[in-house]
Amino acid sequence: MNDFDNGRIATTDLTLNLGPQHPATHGVLRLVLDLDGETIVKCTPYVGYLHRGVEKLAEHRNFLQILPLTDRLDYISSMANNIGYCVAVEKLFGIEVPERTQFIRTLTAEMTRISNHLLWLATHALDIGAMTVFLYCFREREKILDLFEKLCGARLTVSYPRIGGLKNDVEPQWLDELYRFTDEFPMRVEQYETLIDKNRIWLKRTKGIGVISAEDAINWGMSGPVLRGSGVPYDVRKTMPYGAYDKVKWEVPTGKNGDIYDRYRVRMDEFRQSNSIIRQCIDKLPEGPIMADAPKFTLPAKDRVLSDMEHLIHHFVLITKGPQTAPEGEVYSATEVPKGELGFYFVSDGTGKPYRMRIRSPSFVHVSALPKLCEGELVADVIANIGSIDIVLGECDR
Amino acid sequence: MNVTDMLWTLLKVFIVVNVLMIHVAYVVYFERKVIGHMQARLGPMRVGWHGLLQPIADGIKLFFKEDIIPSQSDRPIFYIAPIIGLVAVLSSLAVIPLWEGFSIANLNIGILYILALSSVGAYSIILAGWASNSKYSFLGGLRSSAQVISYEIAMGLSLVGVMMLAGSANLTDIVKAQSEGWFLWYQPVACLIFVMSAMAETNRAPFDLPEAESELVAGYFTEYSSMRFGLFFMAEYAGMFIMSALGTICFLGGWSGPDFGIFAHVPKVVWLLLKIYGCIFFYFWIRATLPRYRYDQLMALGWKVFIPLALANIVVTGVIKLWK
Repeated sequence: MNDFDNGRIATTDLTLNLGPQHPATHGVLRLVLDLDGETIVKCTPYVGYLHRGVEKLAEHRNFLQILPLTDRLDYISSMANNIGYCVAVEKLFGIEVPERTQFIRTLTAEMTRISNHLLWLATHALDIGAMTVFLYCFREREKILDLFEKLCGARLTVSYPRIGGLKNDVEPQWLDELYRFTDEFPMRVEQYETLIDKNRIWLKRTKGIGVISAEDAINWGMSGPVLRGSGVPYDVRKTMPYGAYDKVKWEVPTGKNGDIYDRYRVRMDEFRQSNSIIRQCIDKLPEGPIMADAPKFTLPAKDRVLSDMEHLIHHFVLITKGPQTAPEGEVYSATEVPKGELGFYFVSDGTGKPYRMRIRSPSFVHVSALPKLCEGELVADVIANIGSIDIVLGECDR
Repeated sequence: MNVTDMLWTLLKVFIVVNVLMIHVAYVVYFERKVIGHMQARLGPMRVGWHGLLQPIADGIKLFFKEDIIPSQSDRPIFYIAPIIGLVAVLSSLAVIPLWEGFSIANLNIGILYILALSSVGAYSIILAGWASNSKYSFLGGLRSSAQVISYEIAMGLSLVGVMMLAGSANLTDIVKAQSEGWFLWYQPVACLIFVMSAMAETNRAPFDLPEAESELVAGYFTEYSSMRFGLFFMAEYAGMFIMSALGTICFLGGWSGPDFGIFAHVPKVVWLLLKIYGCIFFYFWIRATLPRYRYDQLMALGWKVFIPLALANIVVTGVIKLWK
């Protein structure tokens, strides 16, 4: 190539490889940026560095065994994935889940939402340079993880729900502790807001950056806070209620401009909504069993296994071979996980294993929209944008 | 200058530089502790009582780490860049009066000398960014050159007001001129601009763009390791110390302190150090509180706000001085 072209020095774009090892790409996202100075000319995301073949693995496991795989999709909100999976399988099997379980699932899903948004806020703020918010958020997140640990023994990959119910019931002391957390938490949210919300640098870095219109957001298939930030009040919990979401009062927060700031505001409001949902769930928690009465699909209680022939047989068959009487058919079921709409699509051929399991993950959709958000903006905005769409590569690559 | 004078000066240089390096090591510790407590954690606690030996452990670790030099780097420049940075900062120390009558070189152009050396320090960043032959380092170097040029001007202009009031560019004279009141009260705008520019000049938050870790990994020193990295690190903290010292001398009355009762017996250098550490604490406080500016916003702030403001400040100072 000629160095001089019509008397001017010929320039080319600088290709910058951002990731897969980079402190701000939240995992193993790789972006190839074509830069003109610091302006992004082209942004190409490459995914797949965390591909583990979850969908294929599921084809070789029976329905009861797939649950722990879903923990590892979006590993910072595993409870929500578990619930999403269970809701889908219950729809396929036609199981009616007891009221108490619905409430407990709703409550734990909202705890997950809070802990996910805390981690999001922490890393997003850290990316933009506000270091202290990071540690404040981790302080509260720690409390939620402690509560998870007390509930089911695991902090991160919980695998707490079961098809047709839950692993174990909640204890009153645990509920008291959770209630105390919800007493204190709104004050903490205010703390984060005072640190960053009125900060002019924060506003300058987030307002009017990474704008996506409501129409574009829908066309790109976005969901969750990213879609709601653009002003579309779509929330699976409202439009297709599952769990106890139709039995508690809450609102869908939306933004107007679809910029990073609005997505931030939506999530901050969701903190408060989730907090209120948890409190209502604790107040309204009904008594009753936690497992559905569906002996062909759910594990029987231990005392009955030890005293009763039929339950022993069910237990043995379920553990060794899985649910043999899984109906044939196809089913799609979506739940609202913290990052957006998580869908499970099953094709079942009646063998007890899914013939095909397809996961519709919000992170994958959001990563694909990243070029749309970034092009024409600056390198620093790419980082802010990645933070604002809240992706986890475990879910994106599956 | 005879041989005795020369030896005496060398001894002074040796002592002052070493004392500064110890301070630098403990400024890092101070930062980790201060920011730690601001962020609801403890900071270093393991090495020694409350982590007091942490800087020494860090120093030893850095010293014995493998010195990796990228094969595609421009070696001579790669070697020399961190040295330029540290030398420029340490040389600035020569004109800082630690107490009345004590400075290694009592230059009449003290302020200009410090400004000149801080510009030289920018070379180390630019050269390091260039010589590393890495895109991240390169972007860091580019950002830094633009940043330092913009904020150098604002900082220089903000100090013009001080020089006008003191009628001298000699740092000792400037401190003496503040016997009736700190220049902070007479030059609040200049002080504000100076504080901001000093942060930009030393690449500290919220202006730490050249090394913005979330964007450019570690910016211009991404490819540096071992003690070469350590030199950059020391240069940054020593730079902070120098800028705080300059700010203290120009706006906070330098070594002067309360002159009654028991306070009169306190060595003057203690007041100077206390004020410097106050300024450094302010640096940390800002770092723990504020997010980072974006590159273009930083440039806009420098050229559209600080430089006009500093120029206006000079005009106003001049007019008031004429009227008096």
